[in-house]
Amino acid sequence: MANADCIVIQGSNMAECHPVGYQWVAEAKARGAKVIHVDPRFTRTSAVADKHIPIRAGSDVVLLGALINYVISNDLWFKEYVSAYTNAATLVHADYRDAEDLGGLFSGFNPETGAYDTASWSYAEEAGDAIGEPGAGSEHGSDASARAAGHQFGSGGPALEHARVQRDDTLQDPRTVFQIVKRHYARYTPEMVHDMCGIEVADFEYLARAITENSGRERTTCFAYAVGWTQHSLGAQFIRAAAILQLLLGNLGRPGGGIMALRGHASIQGSTDIPTLFNLLPGYLPMPTAGRHDTLSQYLEAIASKKQKGFWADADAYTVSLLKAWWGEAANAENDWAYDYLPRLTGAHGTYETVMGMLEDEVEGYFLLGQNPAVGSAHGRMQRLGMSHLKWLVVRDLNLIESATWWKDGPEIESGELHTEDIETEVFFLPAATHVEKAGSFTQTQRLLQWRHQAVAPPGDCQSELQFFFELGERIRQKLAGSDDERDRPLLDLTWDYPTDAHGDPNPEAVLAEINGRHLEGPDAGKPLPAYTELRADGTTSAGCWIYTGVYAGGINHAANRKPGREQGPAAPEWGWAWPANRRILYNRASADPDGKPWSERKKYIWWDQEQGRWVGDDVPDFPVDRAPGSQPDPAAGGPEALSGDDPFIMQADGKGWLFAPKGLVDGPLPTHYEAQESPVANALYPQQQSPARLVFPRADNLSAPSAGTSGAEVYPYVFTTYRLTEHHTAGGMSRWLPYLSELQPEMFCEVSPELAAERGLEPYGWATIVSPRSAIEARVLVTERMTPLSVGGRTVHQIGLPYHWGVGNDAVVSGDAANDLLGITLDPNVQIQESKVASCDIRPGRRPRGPALLALVAEYQARAGTTIETGNRAVTDPAAEGIEPKPGGHGGAGGRR
Amino acid sequence: MGQLSGPTDPSADARWEDHPPRKGFFTDTSICIGCKACEVACKEWNHNPQDGNLELLKSSYDNTGALGASTWRHVAFVEQGQERVVQARESGRALVSLGMPAIGPPAPAADQDLSEVDTTPPDTPDFRWLMSSDVCKHCTHAGCLDVCPTGALFRTEFGTVVVQDDVCNGCGTCVAGCPFGVIERRSDGTVAVAAQREEPHAQPPAVPNVGIAQKCTLCYDRLIADETPACAKACPTTSIKFGDHDHMVETARARVAELHAQGLTEARLYGANELDGVGGTGSVFLLLDEPEVYGLPPDPRVPTADLPRMYRRAGMAVAGMVAAAALAFLRGRA
Repeated sequence: MANADCIVIQGSNMAECHPVGYQWVAEAKARGAKVIHVDPRFTRTSAVADKHIPIRAGSDVVLLGALINYVISNDLWFKEYVSAYTNAATLVHADYRDAEDLGGLFSGFNPETGAYDTASWSYAEEAGDAIGEPGAGSEHGSDASARAAGHQFGSGGPALEHARVQRDDTLQDPRTVFQIVKRHYARYTPEMVHDMCGIEVADFEYLARAITENSGRERTTCFAYAVGWTQHSLGAQFIRAAAILQLLLGNLGRPGGGIMALRGHASIQGSTDIPTLFNLLPGYLPMPTAGRHDTLSQYLEAIASKKQKGFWADADAYTVSLLKAWWGEAANAENDWAYDYLPRLTGAHGTYETVMGMLEDEVEGYFLLGQNPAVGSAHGRMQRLGMSHLKWLVVRDLNLIESATWWKDGPEIESGELHTEDIETEVFFLPAATHVEKAGSFTQTQRLLQWRHQAVAPPGDCQSELQFFFELGERIRQKLAGSDDERDRPLLDLTWDYPTDAHGDPNPEAVLAEINGRHLEGPDAGKPLPAYTELRADGTTSAGCWIYTGVYAGGINHAANRKPGREQGPAAPEWGWAWPANRRILYNRASADPDGKPWSERKKYIWWDQEQGRWVGDDVPDFPVDRAPGSQPDPAAGGPEALSGDDPFIMQADGKGWLFAPKGLVDGPLPTHYEAQESPVANALYPQQQSPARLVFPRADNLSAPSAGTSGAEVYPYVFTTYRLTEHHTAGGMSRWLPYLSELQPEMFCEVSPELAAERGLEPYGWATIVSPRSAIEARVLVTERMTPLSVGGRTVHQIGLPYHWGVGNDAVVSGDAANDLLGITLDPNVQIQESKVASCDIRPGRRPRGPALLALVAEYQARAGTTIETGNRAVTDPAAEGIEPKPGGHGGAGGRR
Repeated sequence: MGQLSGPTDPSADARWEDHPPRKGFFTDTSICIGCKACEVACKEWNHNPQDGNLELLKSSYDNTGALGASTWRHVAFVEQGQERVVQARESGRALVSLGMPAIGPPAPAADQDLSEVDTTPPDTPDFRWLMSSDVCKHCTHAGCLDVCPTGALFRTEFGTVVVQDDVCNGCGTCVAGCPFGVIERRSDGTVAVAAQREEPHAQPPAVPNVGIAQKCTLCYDRLIADETPACAKACPTTSIKFGDHDHMVETARARVAELHAQGLTEARLYGANELDGVGGTGSVFLLLDEPEVYGLPPDPRVPTADLPRMYRRAGMAVAGMVAAAALAFLRGRA
């Protein structure tokens, strides 16, 4: 980021939530970069940016789409880059129909299942067929949603049968990706941005000029986002929209370019790489699904084809090496490397489905580690009520968080919904070691692993996670010892032999070495592997997470490398270790032109050295190091061998950056604006109001506010958005128990504009009650000009800001009502993330009622709005589109019908 | 006692021989992100207790209010509309054209035709949110030190001013002596923080140094070990810079010139003028508005600065009285 000439921060409050990372933005600004902050609120990030542009929460795709349209229609796209490095010239199948033609739906939508058959979005094959997915044919969208299949693209693109695509290098064929993109965004205009986002045309032009003037050969623009983009019912598409824009501007794989995904904790990146998610294995290998991945060969065929391009074609080596790391000698060729020891998915098992399962008494026990769902997850009431159905609950945390105490002092005790003496859940609290009391690694936003040394021993009974799970495993294995039940084999055969220190804490470097992987045979047997390209599918290597292979190369913990940046070159390769292969910028082949020369001296990074016959430069080249720029191998060769000299996107099945996504997304191949599940604004772009493929949960305890144009929408007239403050950490488990942090932000508050305060009679620093169809909470009122009423579609939209750090309980230094109690549960179908950055509410002066009167207030609002379990939960909101007949799109303002 | 006002080397004035260069802060509020890491790092390092009453202070995101006995770094938050921005820009420009010493060498912007500077949005925002981390000024002529009757306050070899807890008797004279309102006596109505995780919150340790005057030491204990003060070390954006005082003032002047060149004429320095009422401060600030906006006195003056004049006047009065008495006596004789 420090190398960027322009930085757009959107969907993130970077200075407040990532103050340490913000030093690089500050450095870029000191070097003359322009910093623009697009956000519903004027935050501390806005305060130090060159410009703040207020936006209506949830309307980002309109803005990004309009920027795409601006770039294309003003001929400002980076021609050489786009032509050579993206799929702009690739032809899409003849059956594809765009959202422009179907009133906001793409071809293949099934209103019965509420999901897409994505076959018609495929690339065209020369014979006129489509290039499908490898393996057992195209997966239906609803199945892909159930396993949140979008997550598996964390280290590479979706699989294709092969990469022999049809191209029109003139980009004129209407079936080329370029023409499809151009047409799709043609109605995303500055005026539409004004009408839908509430952004002045002059501000839009300022932004458009800033990013286009700071892109090209000489300059680069960077985008940064956080959960302000992801936590929406079409969150994955927000980021896709930015990716299209950055590809068109030639800002990927280059210094100062890219799209920075700012992760919310020290190692959230690490917890997706080595996943804590139900649907992933380490290194973004998908968790096998029953019926689809029954055998190892079925699994391997489905996750990557040997005929596609790039390094993801070697997924068999990554998978077998993982199985060898987990089950050692017990994994052999005869038993398909113990593939059957892996669990199989039978449906969606995300956190929200699990909580609903609790309410149905389908879940007996629950481990909570570093998570405070009673405060931090959407729909706190459902979280707490769900936990009250458990037989047992284990909370491992630093403090007695609300998720460990809801049974005695939670909001439902006060409202009379729960009575402590009736709750049968057995709650165990196990004290945890803090980050300074244990060693290990953090993997941050830039994929950089940084080792953390232990500073002090944990006090009392506090344990590291490593020790807890190691001992838990030991005890379970002792109980199962001698069992001849087949289902116990995976546990008994597990390699579970880490050296421990005097306190029984396993050596974390031994775990890192296992993750890195080893040679298992030959002269190097037992030695750490130097790179993932050494992994084999024949059982001669092991690796616990293929993308991390190399972090322990030579038996050295490279995550602990600590050479200061000032003592080394611009990429600082000797500070920590970045996956993969210690590469600091992914796809950096794109930093050179198709002939292998840097695009400019100013943005020089990786280039082809003709004399040496190698790629050289400041970073580890992200390309076969001796593949000459002009190489044109047969695409049928498959794998890395098939990569042409101008295929920089080496983890994509065709080696190109995807403007149009023929596979991988379940809710559309191109980002398309839909309103949030709850919105006081009608979709002016399409008759389709919400994303048709969003995951809805029509339940009496999960009611939605009526959207614009339907009766009752005026009962919840305001938009609220949730966020964090610098002073606290997420649900407060690490901050509300600390006096130094609590005194800095002691009380729950809401932020409102002076106009809204006047409209509703809210007193500055007095109390207000905020009511949604799920709950009502109280907060102190901060009346501030940092909140701006927006003019959207001819009316004023007020937005309310709600930090979500506080919770109801008696143990913390400070407590208060939890903003997340207001949220319902609607999910993005690609990754099952909840829509928690935009919803509808009302606000009124005064404190909320206590006891049963609180429930009565919520019910009174629900009745007045006439909201039922059907409200807002139809997939297709335009009856005319139900038949999926092509018809001209583009009449505004008609959406929102039920 | 050395010199009472005007430019001087305070360490030499305090009879330190072979002392290191004077140390100080340069707090550049134009890049402060208001994260308050300085407040927390300061409290942690110095084991200062929590001192808020855990309620909103009704002052934007500021809930610690002001510098005091237990808060030695304090971040102010000021929300302003466009009118005020324009005023600040004009007043800052006026400082430059008047050639005020606080601004240093004439900035390029001073001679530049400002109509050529791009002041279209975003450069004239219609709203801004100022953040500024305040700290003890470690004055060249420190009121607190000069009035301390017990010698608890002393000038260090680094030119900073530090309280010795075990010497201070809590008389409070220094509180009135500080023109910035920085130093305070610590009350016991606060809650101390467990220094060890084993200590339960229910039984907090006693608040240290109750009744004793307390303020920023510029991390004297860290300076001795050649370490950066905790606040500067924790600052993620280098808004708080630490180093040799001369270098800090130089850096601050260059930064003002740079901002003026960008058309941001609201930038001005605070404490860099060694001819001011405290002989310049060890902690120098770059502000984006009048000092009063941040709660800083516009023209701080150490009480002792007036001592020579007061003594002169008193002397004259004495002489006059003597003369009058003599005259009366002589006349009486006549």
